[in-house]
Amino acid sequence: MYEWNFAPVFAESGLLLAGFRNTLILTATALSGGLVVGLLLAFARLSHRRWLRLPADLVIEVFRTTPPLVQLFWFYFGLPIVLSVEMTPFMAAGLTFTIQSGAFFAEIFRAGIVSIEKGQWEAARAIGMGHNQLMRRIILPQAVKRMFPSMMERSIELMKTTTLVATVSYADLLFQANELAQKTFRPLEVYTVVALIYFVSISCVSFFAARLEKRFARTGEFSV
Amino acid sequence: MNYNWDFASVFDNWWALAVGLQGTLRLFAVCLILGMSLGLLVALGRRAHAKPVRWASTAFVEFFRNTPVLVQILWFYYALPILLPVEISPFMAAILGISLNSAAYSAEIFRGGIQSIEPGQWEAARAIGMSGLQTMRRVVLPQAVRRIIPSLTNRGVEIFKMTTLASVVAYVELLQQGKLVASLNFNPLEVYTVVAALFLIILYPIVRATYGLERRLARSD
Amino acid sequence: MPDPILRLSGLAKSFDTNTVFEDVDLDVAPGDRIAILGASGSGKSTLLRCVNLLEIPDAGRIELNGDVVGNPEKSGRARYPERELRELRKRVGMVFQQFNLFPHMTVAGNVAEGLVTVLGQSSGPARERALAELDRVGLRDKADTYPSRLSGGQKQRVAIARALAMDPEIMLFDEPTSALDPALVGEVLGVIEQLANEGRTMLLVTHEIGFAYHVANRIAFIAEGGIYEIGTPDEVLKNPRREKTQKFLAEHRRFQF
Repeated sequence: MYEWNFAPVFAESGLLLAGFRNTLILTATALSGGLVVGLLLAFARLSHRRWLRLPADLVIEVFRTTPPLVQLFWFYFGLPIVLSVEMTPFMAAGLTFTIQSGAFFAEIFRAGIVSIEKGQWEAARAIGMGHNQLMRRIILPQAVKRMFPSMMERSIELMKTTTLVATVSYADLLFQANELAQKTFRPLEVYTVVALIYFVSISCVSFFAARLEKRFARTGEFSV
Repeated sequence: MNYNWDFASVFDNWWALAVGLQGTLRLFAVCLILGMSLGLLVALGRRAHAKPVRWASTAFVEFFRNTPVLVQILWFYYALPILLPVEISPFMAAILGISLNSAAYSAEIFRGGIQSIEPGQWEAARAIGMSGLQTMRRVVLPQAVRRIIPSLTNRGVEIFKMTTLASVVAYVELLQQGKLVASLNFNPLEVYTVVAALFLIILYPIVRATYGLERRLARSD
Repeated sequence: MPDPILRLSGLAKSFDTNTVFEDVDLDVAPGDRIAILGASGSGKSTLLRCVNLLEIPDAGRIELNGDVVGNPEKSGRARYPERELRELRKRVGMVFQQFNLFPHMTVAGNVAEGLVTVLGQSSGPARERALAELDRVGLRDKADTYPSRLSGGQKQRVAIARALAMDPEIMLFDEPTSALDPALVGEVLGVIEQLANEGRTMLLVTHEIGFAYHVANRIAFIAEGGIYEIGTPDEVLKNPRREKTQKFLAEHRRFQF
């Protein structure tokens, strides 16, 4: 019967906490960057100008259809060669996941905006609203409410995807777990604890996301 | 940019990449079948009469959806052999991690599909004397599956992309071979571009087909 | 009266704190056509659905041709075990307000489904039987069409054929024409009338009071948590004895008989 011993794990909890912090930093960075990129890509995709639409289409399809790990390796190992720049793990990871989540967000945005029935557009035009007003006052508030579940889901996915950065030596939680497992020769306890940390934190985020969803579902639009 | 792209060194090693692709396809096929079959069972388990079965199914889904796949793969590779007297190869670890994760996602997809079938269908089937299982098999699942094919296809695409994670435990799939070629030829940029392109070539047609499928289903429903 | 084909004794059903009905007794003789009338929410559909146990009554006994269904004296899940439910439903046919045809099967497939899956017949004879039933309701030519291509009236007739194919001892109709376009009501009522003339035993929950008068040999009016008044059509519909029945009929002046 195996003797579980969590003491070595808890002794190094500082390392794990630092890793967790880095995970959160990376997630937050990629999330905020991704939202901006996503919006830009979405509008480019919806635009009438081909020179905007086609590149946007390309970026979105490429980043949605290729594995994130391949993207990460390309940015970390490949890009520095072309651009002759130094790429830290954080930069590569931040860049990769900002664009990748941006691509997914762009799709969610586009789907949300397109899902608003034509009648809304027509009614707004009929009272003389211009395009920007229409988007800002009528379309986006309704669209955001619809997109919210998918957005939350994508954000939670992002938190899980960040574990990939351990492979390029970014000191996130998983990277620390690998180090710790090797150091203490107790991979069972280390990985179990780390899995639980991810499970608890992601479950909490999911739970709050569900609560938020319910609250917004009650009102007719996205308002706090 | 004044960089000289050198794809020749990649194509010279096409055989290594082909071996990798074979490993990718093998892993994908196993995880797809295992993941979705198990997913269906778990979805049915969430509707079982017995509370322990329901609880276990829900716990399974919650756990495997809320932990990262990579953590699961590493746990199966490094931690499980300590707990149980078994050899876990990279292939096994990847299968366990990816299949169980996919099962959890698939279970939710199946559950959504089943719940979308209106109660009248259940009643009509029960009214002619069908058992719950017969109703599922003959009436509900055939209709539910039709509705969730786009979601299941998306899941399949995700599984295909997930196979790259097996490279972390050195399973011989496409990315792992890419790493190998890159380290030997010092051409990571070209190698990873080719690897990405291969995934695009394989997956993009399927993704496009799904768009068409979604539109057709929306029209016929 | 000859031995009843269906006997309900002391049937009761509540949802949470809301008592739908209690202590309902009813004997249905072979060949009886009982129309069940009542206001919305009076419990008439619930009562009907208790007969094939789509709703499980809280108390009371159901006897089909002398066989007691389940173990009504017991409590909890032991009262109506799964096997008993299935056996009962092989002998009782139901037609729903919303038709509930299986959209992924052809018309003939729908009618034959019970024969193949529940009664274990092979597909050849089952199809033969299905075609015969479809013939009976006048839809044999639609045998290999899918339900989505049919009108409401046609769908309901297929639903009737599907129920008849199981050779039920009693047919239950749960507001069979309420979801239909008025123009299509007639074709369905025609089939039901045909069945009535053939001597089929049936319980018919309906709002079509004129049709009820014409086709039923007994009318049951549901109110106040039970069978409020019961009798022949002449008795209940032309000379209702009790207040609520009179009120109900007064509000439904639109019928003619």
